[in-house]
Amino acid sequence: MSHERGIISTKDRHRTTVRYGLPAIQVLLFIGVLVAGVGPLLWLLKSGVSTSQDILSGPMQLWPSGIQLKNIPDAWNRVQIGAYLGNTAIIALGSMVSTLFVCTTGAFVLSVLRPKWGPIVTGAVLATLFLPGVISLVPLYMTILKMPVLGISLQNTFWAVWLPSAAGAFNVLVMKRYFDSIPRELIEAARIDGAGNLRMFTSLILPLSKPIVGVVALLTVIGSWKDYLWPLLVLPDPKLQPISVALPRVAKTTEISLQMSALFLAVLIPVVLFLVFQKQFLKGVGMSGGIKE
Amino acid sequence: MFQTSAQSRIGTRSLTTWYRSGGLSAVLFAVPLVLTFLYFSWGPIVRGLVLSFQKNNLVTPAEWVGMANFSYVLTDPQLPQAALNTLYFAALALVFGFPVPLFLAVFVSELRTTGWLYNVLSYLPAVVPPVAAILLWTFFYDPSAAGVFNSILGWFGIGPFAWLNSQSLAMPAIVLEATWAGAGATSIIYLAALTGVRTELYEAAELDGAGIWSRIWHVTLPQIRGIIFIMMLLQLIGTFQVFTEPFLFTGGGPNNATTTILLLIYRYAFVNGDFGAATALSVLLAAVLCLLSIAYHFVTRRWSTT
Repeated sequence: MSHERGIISTKDRHRTTVRYGLPAIQVLLFIGVLVAGVGPLLWLLKSGVSTSQDILSGPMQLWPSGIQLKNIPDAWNRVQIGAYLGNTAIIALGSMVSTLFVCTTGAFVLSVLRPKWGPIVTGAVLATLFLPGVISLVPLYMTILKMPVLGISLQNTFWAVWLPSAAGAFNVLVMKRYFDSIPRELIEAARIDGAGNLRMFTSLILPLSKPIVGVVALLTVIGSWKDYLWPLLVLPDPKLQPISVALPRVAKTTEISLQMSALFLAVLIPVVLFLVFQKQFLKGVGMSGGIKE
Repeated sequence: MFQTSAQSRIGTRSLTTWYRSGGLSAVLFAVPLVLTFLYFSWGPIVRGLVLSFQKNNLVTPAEWVGMANFSYVLTDPQLPQAALNTLYFAALALVFGFPVPLFLAVFVSELRTTGWLYNVLSYLPAVVPPVAAILLWTFFYDPSAAGVFNSILGWFGIGPFAWLNSQSLAMPAIVLEATWAGAGATSIIYLAALTGVRTELYEAAELDGAGIWSRIWHVTLPQIRGIIFIMMLLQLIGTFQVFTEPFLFTGGGPNNATTTILLLIYRYAFVNGDFGAATALSVLLAAVLCLLSIAYHFVTRRWSTT
């Protein structure tokens, strides 16, 4: 046998219960994940092109009485799903950039440069890891309304979402631990070759840390994609809101058919992106578990 | 001010060596981290502790009120209900959401060629924006007989149920959606951990006469125990701070059956404008969660050493 064995051995596979039981579980489970994963999306596709009356009176009818394709462009134009999705992308990418900037430079100091005061900063960052986010929800909101010292308000600017997401202890510590595993000989060799700190950071440490940078970037994007409460609080201006904040507000005022096509569009783009990049995506998410340990 | 020349020379020299050895650039590299943490992490935490002892509504100047916020929050008749609801949510989420991804991961790890298909399909719900998913499920939970779930159950002669309008069903309905949305991602993490399981032990266990189930129970699960505990703790901490689902599904109703602690904090701060009470409750919740993770840490450490 060329491949590694699993829990079930070849001998097991010849037993009758396993021989018929295993494929049976396999089929049942497949139907389960198919219904759970694809079912709601197909239903949304159907409802997105149905009339309000069809959606309300016969939501489980396989074939709607008439197809209303114009719902889709209507939703795009009248509900402005495109603009909200754009905001979502801007928020996610900005959060990613600010997070990566802060945690790579910070980890570089704490792990590679190791100044005398480094352990104090590491300790202070580590301490926040044990405090749940809820403790700073209200004071963080007040900070955004009026930044201490600077005296400016970040409300209704994307900075209000980008910057707080960068202050994540988890990302800094993960990055630091990865930098710690880079052999010191490499760093010493670069020093002897006359590389300054900036050059060492950009040409040695960052290229060596591509995998972890990718995972942190992915997790940040997923996190910001799912966030609802924070953007709801700091982005009251509808023009700046991401799709998650805009959808419930829009849902209250639009008819059901248009609502469903808006939902369909909001779901379609991430699903397509996921299906295209599913390999990298699932690998990154899987790695995040190893980091948490 | 009146430094002797010798002293200042030493001062400049050590400053120069500090500069030459990269001291300044170390400070510059640390600036982004220290500034963002000061503004958005350390600062707000300290401010939150201070705020919980103050009366603050953002309009009139803040004033010290001692423990008044805490006593107000603790005697609020809504608190016991909200605490119970939060515990109920956490317990249900653990019962629904814990075994499903674990079973899925162990099963998929046994499939050699088609495993990826299960992963992609079960991860799909996690890709749907959570708010879109909640709006969609609100519609699925339509209480009329023509609602999506009610008509499916109707084929088997069950129902119709009031779902989100029912005091007893609202919370399980919310947890069901949360599990649907979260199971795929958790399963992927377990699956990654399962690739590190040493397979030669299966051989030994089989020779000792262990069946498939006891091999899973005694060989597979103990080896991924660490990640199982972490995921459990993260899930607990997450569910104790649940907001989006109850807020959007029911707004806390019906009759406060789904009001969670975080919903209460939100109401204090952003509906009543009482920021002192909101932070006092946040501090209390944070303290409970802190104790929980410390206790959890010690318990699991004792287990893993034995």
